[in-house]
Amino acid sequence: MSTPFRTPAGGRIDRATTLQFTFDGLGFTGHPGDTLASALLAAGRHQVATSIKLGRPRGIAAAWAEDPGGLVQVEEPFPEPMLLASTVELFDGLVAHGLPGQGRLADVPDSARYDAVHHHVDVLVVGAGPAGLTAALTAARAGARVALVDEQSEAGGSLLSGTDRIDGVPALEWVSNAVAELARHPEVLHLQRTTAFGVYDDGFALALERRTDHLGAAAPKEVSRQRVWRLRARSIVTATGAHERPVVFADNDRPGTMLAGAARTFLHRYGVLPGREAVVFTTNDSAYDAALDLHRAGVRVQAVVEARPEAPPHRREECERAGIRVLPGAVVTGTQGVERVTHALVAPFSDGQVGTSSAVACDVLLVSGGWNPAVHLFSQARGRLRYDEGLGAFVPGEEVDGLSVAGSAAGVLDLAGCLADGQRVARETLSALAIDPAADDRLPSAPEPVAPTAPLVLWRVPDTSGAEGATQFVDLQRDATVADIARAVGAGLRSIEHVKRYTTIGTAHDQGKTSGVLTSGITAELLGVPVRDTGTTTFRPPYTPVAFAALAGRDRGSLFDPERVTALHQWHVAAGAVFEDVGQWKRPRYYPEPGEDMEAAVLRECAAARTGVGILDGSTLGKIDVQGPDAAVLLDRLYTNLISSLKVGSVRYGVMCGVDGMVIDDGTVLRLAEDRFLVLTTTGGAAKILDWMEEWVQTEWPDLRVHCTSVTEQWVTFPVVGPRSRDVVGALFPDVNVSNEAFPFMTWRDTSLEGVPVRLARISFSGELAFEVYVSPWYAVAVWQRLLEAGRPYGITPYGTETMHVLRAEKGYPIIGQDTDGTVTPHDLGMAWAVSKKKPDFVGKRSFARQANQDPRRKQLVGLLPVDRQTVLPEGSQIVEFLADGELPPPPVPMLGHVTSSYRSAELARPFALALVKGGRERIGDTVHVPVNGTLVPVEVTGSVLVDPEGARRDG
Amino acid sequence: MQLIPCPWCGPREEAEFHYGGQAHVPYPDDPAALSDEEWAHYVFFRDNTKGRFAERWNHNAGCRRWFNAVRDTTTYRFESVYRLDHPKPVTP
Repeated sequence: MSTPFRTPAGGRIDRATTLQFTFDGLGFTGHPGDTLASALLAAGRHQVATSIKLGRPRGIAAAWAEDPGGLVQVEEPFPEPMLLASTVELFDGLVAHGLPGQGRLADVPDSARYDAVHHHVDVLVVGAGPAGLTAALTAARAGARVALVDEQSEAGGSLLSGTDRIDGVPALEWVSNAVAELARHPEVLHLQRTTAFGVYDDGFALALERRTDHLGAAAPKEVSRQRVWRLRARSIVTATGAHERPVVFADNDRPGTMLAGAARTFLHRYGVLPGREAVVFTTNDSAYDAALDLHRAGVRVQAVVEARPEAPPHRREECERAGIRVLPGAVVTGTQGVERVTHALVAPFSDGQVGTSSAVACDVLLVSGGWNPAVHLFSQARGRLRYDEGLGAFVPGEEVDGLSVAGSAAGVLDLAGCLADGQRVARETLSALAIDPAADDRLPSAPEPVAPTAPLVLWRVPDTSGAEGATQFVDLQRDATVADIARAVGAGLRSIEHVKRYTTIGTAHDQGKTSGVLTSGITAELLGVPVRDTGTTTFRPPYTPVAFAALAGRDRGSLFDPERVTALHQWHVAAGAVFEDVGQWKRPRYYPEPGEDMEAAVLRECAAARTGVGILDGSTLGKIDVQGPDAAVLLDRLYTNLISSLKVGSVRYGVMCGVDGMVIDDGTVLRLAEDRFLVLTTTGGAAKILDWMEEWVQTEWPDLRVHCTSVTEQWVTFPVVGPRSRDVVGALFPDVNVSNEAFPFMTWRDTSLEGVPVRLARISFSGELAFEVYVSPWYAVAVWQRLLEAGRPYGITPYGTETMHVLRAEKGYPIIGQDTDGTVTPHDLGMAWAVSKKKPDFVGKRSFARQANQDPRRKQLVGLLPVDRQTVLPEGSQIVEFLADGELPPPPVPMLGHVTSSYRSAELARPFALALVKGGRERIGDTVHVPVNGTLVPVEVTGSVLVDPEGARRDG
Repeated sequence: MQLIPCPWCGPREEAEFHYGGQAHVPYPDDPAALSDEEWAHYVFFRDNTKGRFAERWNHNAGCRRWFNAVRDTTTYRFESVYRLDHPKPVTP
């Protein structure tokens, strides 16, 4: 497609290179340096989309992120929704189309890389326009560590859109000198294409750098596509500029309607004319630059519609010389056209009264209602805003610690003023940081501006179309109009926050960059109150949309949360284990043989452990080394049972409770020496229990001479379980007398295997004869394989966590956190035997005596046997009972408790469950009911120990 | 991301810390001597102060030490941090 609206020369584009792209299925061309918007305008295309609710044509209305109109979806090289044509840099092969307000997420994974970098500076300067560059230069010259970030593809800010001169040279020459000087300072980080999107506490700011988006398919795969900069600054200077504000009139959303400043940007930066015949509608001086520049570029400027009674004299004279008609005391009341403006309706305007309109032919209507300082970051830093009557905008209204605002973001709207403000703010910032400014820090000079004439604050033109504001669009992205605000106010809403939520204004992709202040103004007008009373809605991060992929960075997939694997992991994988997540650990759940499902594998593994020998990788158990003369004192205070009486070489099971008396963890304790214990915790409780011990030692008992440290990863643990375990362990460790007399239950022995230290412990989590084998992870695979070899004659069977759970549940051993939930005492678990009556105090003891803990109706751990010998009760199922008449009580049916663990048992040849049941131990022998898939399954309440209740098996 | 001044390590990001509730709530000398109500006050009851509040913090992902802090619960600002064996600072 041809580019009839491209100027013959000028702009920051590389005309020697032509890029091909596709929009809405049509082929277009552009140049490096173009945006999608400028390239479309060069072809004469204004409309890019239709609106979300009303389906009205919408076009490019601004040249950067404040554009409420030009919403697009990129399809190639990678699908990305909800972008603005004005901010998408053009590249070869781009495929995009317009969006009616809603995009489509990619249905394939994003293969690009995203990352994050931390960086610390003295001064962070946001914005590389005249104020920001001057501030950065002043800080850099003083030797401060500086970061300068700017969201555009090149530095310059507003200077990229004009014809200013600084220090007697074209402003962009000054910009490139400034950038070169900054590059010479080793402590300066200067990033373009980088949007500071959030300011948080204590000088923390987040910025998104778009590193390869502009390269399209040519983006190198090894470079991250986007990078989140996590910047920590001692002080922040925001020089974020100002957004031009539209004026609302009827049919102001018609493509071809554009902010006046944006037209200058398209002309000077991209070498594009927005049209052939322009009408310029303004309430302030700035739009005259657009009118005059476009005139010089060959656009026929039909009229400058000046809402003020008088045009500023020097501007009027300039227009006269150029032959441009100025209509003072006039407004645009509406537009004509279908998919593009064909006429502006112009009417006389005085004292708020609109006269009769006449149509002025044009193909582009440029609008300026003044400028809104971009106070977003200041406001995010909890800076209070002040309404400036003269500007008709909100400006920073107070000093904020560690953050200053410079240039037009602070309401300074002339170039010389912005340069001076940048230097002044930087010097104040340096002074607060006790850094002296450099002697050679010189203020760049710009021509003194002609004194401006006060702008007219005009939010909207009275609606003469008869539509009562229904086509006067305030928020184009939300299709929200003056009529919608009037409806909100009519419904009694007074707060601007309520008006925002009622109308949805400011909640779209652009977060109200053009509509926010207008809404405050129009709401105030409708309520008849000053704008300072309505105020503005809260600015929250992010300033512009940020992709979740960028925020996630490298923390995706397996890097999202650490995956912990044991030293045997590769062996488990090779053995075909099916894994389950236990906290961060990957644990083998079962080892299916060909053709086996989980149920078959678990029945086989359980049978091996109960009748032959099985082996488990139990390395994930938490292990804490507790050392010091007072180690036994600490453990006596934290465990419910007595630990200090434990002999060196012996093992004791212990329960820990919170101060409320509820069980928080359980496990075994090995006494290694008089002053040293190895505490074993549950897999999930390891970190929590170490923290718990530390908290008591540091905060309550700092006098105790004891140290606790995690040794979970210093030992692997292999329980060898079953009646033949003694044969296996005895064969592999011939130096150890494994007889019950020499090596009784709940003792441990040290030995070695070819010089490798090994610890053996008679601990059983299955009720069977069992030996736990501890060794350094370096030798894990070798020792495991030796155990398998030694066990081969007995059919040794590796088993996973599922079998471990069945075996322990058959014995009524609870899993803390599965069979308990933080409301369960040791007594509720039937573990009164593990609660010392000798110790005067321990954590939790006093709570056991509380009245609530004496209640016989407390939920207690019991076993359940489904009467049909078939049903595996779903864990979590509720338990109910029938009345004497054999019927359920009327709803709501009281719940007696719930199923906490449920499995199929090879040993019992039937399913069974553990459950917490009100007054459970009193109910042993009763039949209660469990609803399963709409049927009430009768179950017998039993004791919690279903296999070998006499404990005859543990010694083999 | 607020900075919290660990008395041992200096200012560190808040994500490194764990909150430990109200400070200066010692474990009772003789729990057995307390009534159920008195014991319940130790176990369950804490102040919910608006403004300056003495709290326990743990530099969990750093030195792992516990310390006390006076923090304003309305502004989140830490006014002072102090070691566990030091008294609560007197603030104006």
